[in-house]
Amino acid sequence: MSDTTHHESEDDAGTPEILNLPLDGWHRARGGRMVEFAGYWMPVQYDGEGGGILAEHQWTRSSAGLFDVSHMGQLLISGDGAEAALEAVLPIDLATLKPNGPRYSLLLNEEGGILDDLMVTRWDDGFYLVVNGATKWDDIAHLRENLPDEVALNHMDDHALLALQGPKAAEALARVAEGETPVAALTFMKGARFTLAGAPAWISRSGYTGEDGFEISIPAESAEAVADLLLAQPEVHAIGLGARDSLRLEAGLPLYGHDLNEETDPVSADLVFAINRRRRTEGGFPGAGLVLKALADGSATRRVGLALEGRQAAREGAEVYAGDACVGRLTSGGFSPTLGHPIAMAYVATAHATPGTALEIDVRGKRLPARVTALPFVSHKYHR
Amino acid sequence: MTRYFTKDHEWIEVDGGNATVGITDYAQSQLGDITYVDLPAAGASFGAGDTAAVVDSVKAASDIYCPVGGTVTETNGALEGEPELVNTQAESGGWLFRMTLADAGQLGALMDQAAYEAYVKEL
Repeated sequence: MSDTTHHESEDDAGTPEILNLPLDGWHRARGGRMVEFAGYWMPVQYDGEGGGILAEHQWTRSSAGLFDVSHMGQLLISGDGAEAALEAVLPIDLATLKPNGPRYSLLLNEEGGILDDLMVTRWDDGFYLVVNGATKWDDIAHLRENLPDEVALNHMDDHALLALQGPKAAEALARVAEGETPVAALTFMKGARFTLAGAPAWISRSGYTGEDGFEISIPAESAEAVADLLLAQPEVHAIGLGARDSLRLEAGLPLYGHDLNEETDPVSADLVFAINRRRRTEGGFPGAGLVLKALADGSATRRVGLALEGRQAAREGAEVYAGDACVGRLTSGGFSPTLGHPIAMAYVATAHATPGTALEIDVRGKRLPARVTALPFVSHKYHR
Repeated sequence: MTRYFTKDHEWIEVDGGNATVGITDYAQSQLGDITYVDLPAAGASFGAGDTAAVVDSVKAASDIYCPVGGTVTETNGALEGEPELVNTQAESGGWLFRMTLADAGQLGALMDQAAYEAYVKEL
């Protein structure tokens, strides 16, 4: 682990330098088509047999997919007062957070705008946070500024993060993970320590696809050995960012920077569950006044799912219409491989946010019919 | 019949005053899995470089430009039910539309097969 008071992600000319993750060579050797994402080279899909976004998507839904998500920020917050300090920056109730179970939370600004969405886990030695890759440097700066000096913030940038997702993820992982806790004993949103390919691994039963699955934190130097071991299991294929996006969209899970940003708040984003019960009455988190007011009064807009007819997809930025009135805008959109038609997420005026409402999406001057749909589009298959 | 290519990876096969247009195998491999093709209406006229069709992949929507000016006479109806033909048969059964040429002289600005292959190799 390294301290993170300093980081240079840009060179002297101010041009962002695209960085390599621990598995960079591993992806390239397996036909990974590398693109820039969150400041790193990452595989959008793999070429060759079984590769391509559609095939990778379907493989994950039917077997098990291995994702490299090492671009995400892994942070450890520890020291005296860490619990109170964390409650001052997140709308979470840590009194109800049992050890080793990750919980979803939100980093909010003073206006209640969403700076990031993240997972928090109580470990023996502190709180383990997983934050988005594109926002991690800002998150670290924000946290350091808002945490007291005696609370330590360590960026675990010597760790890689993998995800193994799909209906056969558990049997594949159980075959190779050694630990006091059997893999089968973990239920959704529970974690434990294991040994994988000789390396210490923190594994939680969680993910971003809507499938049963696991997220696996390992030392960077063991990333290749662990990835090799998992990929050697017959159920497992390597899956790129393209399918990660289509899977999470089907699962109705918002993507920061698209479906969530500083202009959105937990109420309009339909993430009220992330404001834990005690905090809804007590407040005391950034933007609490505005968020609790929106919670009581309702928000002007709401994040909804939209199911389109036909096959033509609508993308982020497309305007949503009710008759002649523009009532919203898409924040994500694409073809759903599972459903065989396009789907989207949008913020629409609350009056038009009820499931079943018929709306239209403007795509290049053409109006595509769409219907507000309850999220997720494809039901979650978590192992509860 | 002669086949020409654009820098934007369309192909056009010319037979007298008529031509068939599609995207190249290289283009389809870059776009990935194609889920929908928005084709022009028969009778629509385009200038060289105008957007004549849109190909949707799982990743993104991509404009397809008319290689030379002309009028659309027919579109590939098979793509309605099987847009993936553009992936599997980009330079044959996955053609997009047929057209009459407004000015065959514009073909001179395009590449032949050998020049296109050399161009792709450099990308």
